[in-house]
Amino acid sequence: MSTSTSSTTPLLSLRGINKSFGAVHVLKGVDLDVWPGKVTALVGDNGAGKSTLIKGIAGIYSFDSGSYTFEGQQVEVTNPKQANALGIEVVYQDLALCDNLDVVQNLYLGREATSGVILDETLMERKATETLKGLSVRTLKSVRMKVSSLSGGQRQTVAIARAVLWNSKLVILDEPTAALGVAQTEQVLQLVRRLADAGLAVILISHNMNDVIRVADNVAALYLGQMAAQVPSESLSHGQIVELITAGRSGDLGLKAPDKEVVA
Amino acid sequence: MTTTTATPASETLEAGGLGGAVRDYVDRLRGGDTGSLPAVLGFLVLVILFSATSDVFSSKLNWANLLNQSAAYIFIAMGLVFVLLLGEIDLGAGYTAGTSAAIMGVVMTQKGYAWPIAVVACLVTGAVIGFTIGLLVARLGIPSFVVTLAYFLGLQGVLLLVIGEGGTIPIRDETILAVNNNNLTPLLGWALFVVVVGGYAAITFGNLARRRSAGLPTTAPAVVLAKIGTLGVLLGGATLLLNQERSVNPALNSLKGVPIIVPITIVFVVGLTFLLTRTSFGRHVYAVGGNAEAARRAGINVANIKITCFVIGSTLAAIGGILIASRDNSVSPTSGGSQTLLLSVAAAVIGGTSLFGGKGRVIDAVVGGLVIGVIYNGLPLITSKAGIQFVVTAGVLLLAASVDAIARRRAAASGR
Ligand SMILES: Nc1ncnc2c1ncn2[C@@H]1O[C@H](COP(=O)(O)OP(=O)(O)O)[C@@H](O)[C@H]1O
Ligand SMILES: [Mg+2]
Repeated sequence: MSTSTSSTTPLLSLRGINKSFGAVHVLKGVDLDVWPGKVTALVGDNGAGKSTLIKGIAGIYSFDSGSYTFEGQQVEVTNPKQANALGIEVVYQDLALCDNLDVVQNLYLGREATSGVILDETLMERKATETLKGLSVRTLKSVRMKVSSLSGGQRQTVAIARAVLWNSKLVILDEPTAALGVAQTEQVLQLVRRLADAGLAVILISHNMNDVIRVADNVAALYLGQMAAQVPSESLSHGQIVELITAGRSGDLGLKAPDKEVVA
Repeated sequence: MTTTTATPASETLEAGGLGGAVRDYVDRLRGGDTGSLPAVLGFLVLVILFSATSDVFSSKLNWANLLNQSAAYIFIAMGLVFVLLLGEIDLGAGYTAGTSAAIMGVVMTQKGYAWPIAVVACLVTGAVIGFTIGLLVARLGIPSFVVTLAYFLGLQGVLLLVIGEGGTIPIRDETILAVNNNNLTPLLGWALFVVVVGGYAAITFGNLARRRSAGLPTTAPAVVLAKIGTLGVLLGGATLLLNQERSVNPALNSLKGVPIIVPITIVFVVGLTFLLTRTSFGRHVYAVGGNAEAARRAGINVANIKITCFVIGSTLAAIGGILIASRDNSVSPTSGGSQTLLLSVAAAVIGGTSLFGGKGRVIDAVVGGLVIGVIYNGLPLITSKAGIQFVVTAGVLLLAASVDAIARRRAAASGR
C-alpha cells in the first residue's frame, strides 16, 4: 500500500497552511495529503493543532494562508456548506447529535427530504435503513429509537452514518473511539476500515496508537503546529509514532532538532 | 448479530397487537416518557374532587364556561410551547396578550375601524413584540429570562399608557364578542365531531398505508382503531353534553351547543402541530432545543429559528389577548396580568412540555390548559379566599415542574 500511496493523486492536498488565533500561531506551514480508499491517521499531542486543522478543512475556520486543493482543483472553503458541497463530512469529537431526536431525524438533520413543504418521512426512513445496512450496522433495534437511548458505540455509528449518507468523498473523524469500551471501539474501527475499503478518503484523529496501527494506511504527525512527518503506516513502529508525537522527530524522520540549529 | 439492521420495536408491536402496545407504553412511562398522562390523571382527580364538593361545578352551564375560560390560557400556552421547545422562556407573554388586546381595542372602539383591521393590528403588535424579544435573545445573546422579565414590566407599563390610568376600553363588536362567548348550533356541533374524528382516522390510516407500501414497520391496526375509538367516545360524549340546553330560562334565552372557540382552537392545534411535526422548520425547532450546537453544525440557522419561535409565541399570545377581551367585553390595565402568565406556563408544563427544551407538543397546551381551567374554575366554588387560590396555583406549577425534572432524570438514567 505504501507504493500506491505515492502513485494515485491525493483527493485533498494542503500546502503551507498557516492559522493564528490572535497572537497564537497554531498551524505553521502545514502540508497534508489524503488519498481516496485510504485511512490517514492524524496524530499529535494535545494542543498540537489537530482540531484546528480539520476545522479549517471543514470550513468552520478559514486558513490564514496556504493552498487547499481538492480533486486537483484549488478551492476556497470558508464555510461548512461549501465543504459539504465538495463532499467533505466531519464527525466531531463531541458528537453533534440531538438526543431528543431519533436516528432517522439525526441522520437527515439540516438536510431533510421533503415533498413540497412536507417532510418525506418514509423516504428518509427507508434510505436511513439502507445506509445502515450498507455499513453492516446490525446493532440498532430500530431506526426510530431516540438517540438518547443508544450506547456510545451506537451513537458513534449514527454520527458516522450521517457523514456517509451524502455521497461524501472525505470523512473526517475526530477521536471517534475516545469514549468507547473495547467492544465498541472494535465496532467503530471496523466501520472506519469499511469506509475506506468502499473508496472514501478518511482522516482519523486518534490518541490511541493501537487504533492507528490497526486501521491507518498513512500517518501524519503534528507537533506544535508543524507537520513533523507524513508516512505510510507500515514503515512506522509503535515507538516511532510516539516519538513523532512527543518530540516531533524519530531518527531521520520528522523535524530537524532545534537545539542543533542553535548550536550551529 | 444475525438479525437485520432494523428489527423495529414497532414491528414486534404489530405482532403483539394491543397487548404489545400497552407493554410498550408502560416501558416508555418507566423510562420517564410520561407524555400527557400526569395531566390526564390530574384532570380526572380534580373533576372528581370538585364535583364531589360543589354542585355548580358539574352543571352543564359550567362545562361550557370552563372551555371559554381556559381558551386564552390554551392559546398563550400554545405560543409558550414554541419558546419552551427552544429551552427558552417568555415571562412577558401575559402582558403581550394584554397589550395586543389593548391595541385592538383602541383601533376598533376608539378609532372606529372594522374588526378585521383591529385584529390585524393586534396580531402585528404581538409579532413585533416577539420579533424584538427574539432579536435580543438570539442576536445579542441576552438570556430570555432577563429579556422577558424586562418585557413583563415594560409591557405592563405600555398597557397602562395605552388604556390610561384606571380606564378600560369596552369591546362592543359582535364578531369579537362571539369568538369566546357564542356557541355552534347543535347540528354544526355534530358536523364538527364528524370532521374531527373522520379527519383523525383518515390521517392515521393514510400514514399506515403509506408506511406499509414503503415496506416500513407499522403500528398494529388494532392500536390505531383503539385510539380512534377513544377519541370518538370522548368527543362524542362532550358534544352530547354541550348540545343540551343549559340556560336557566330556555324560553327567554336558549343556551346550547359547542362553544365557537372549540373549532377555532382545533384549527390552530392542527395547523401548529403540522408545522412542528411535518415540516423542516418544526424539525429544526426540536433540534435547536435538543442540542443547539449540533443544529448549528448541521447548517441550521439557530438565530433565525429562535426569532421565528418568539414571533410565533407572541402572536399566539396576542390571540390569547383577543380571547380575554372577548370574554371580559373590555380591555383593562389588568388584562393578561395577575396569574395569566403563571397559569399559561403551568398549562404547557402540566401538559408535558419540558422546561429544559427539546420536548413538547402543541396538544400539551390544550390538555394542560384544561387542567388549569378546572382549577381556576373549581377553586372559587369551594373557597372564596384568593390567598388559597394563589397558593394552590403555585403549588400546581411547582408540581408540574417537578414531574418534568424527575422525568428528565429518569430519562437520563434509563438512557431515553
Ligand atoms: N478558537 C481558538 N482561539 C484561540 N486559541 C485556540 C482556539 N482553538 C484552538 N486554539 C489553540 O490552538 C492550539 C491547538 O488546539 P487544537 O487544534 O484544539 O489542538 P488538538 O486538537 O491537537 O489538541 C491550542 O494551543 C489551543 O489552545
Ligand atoms: Mg482536539
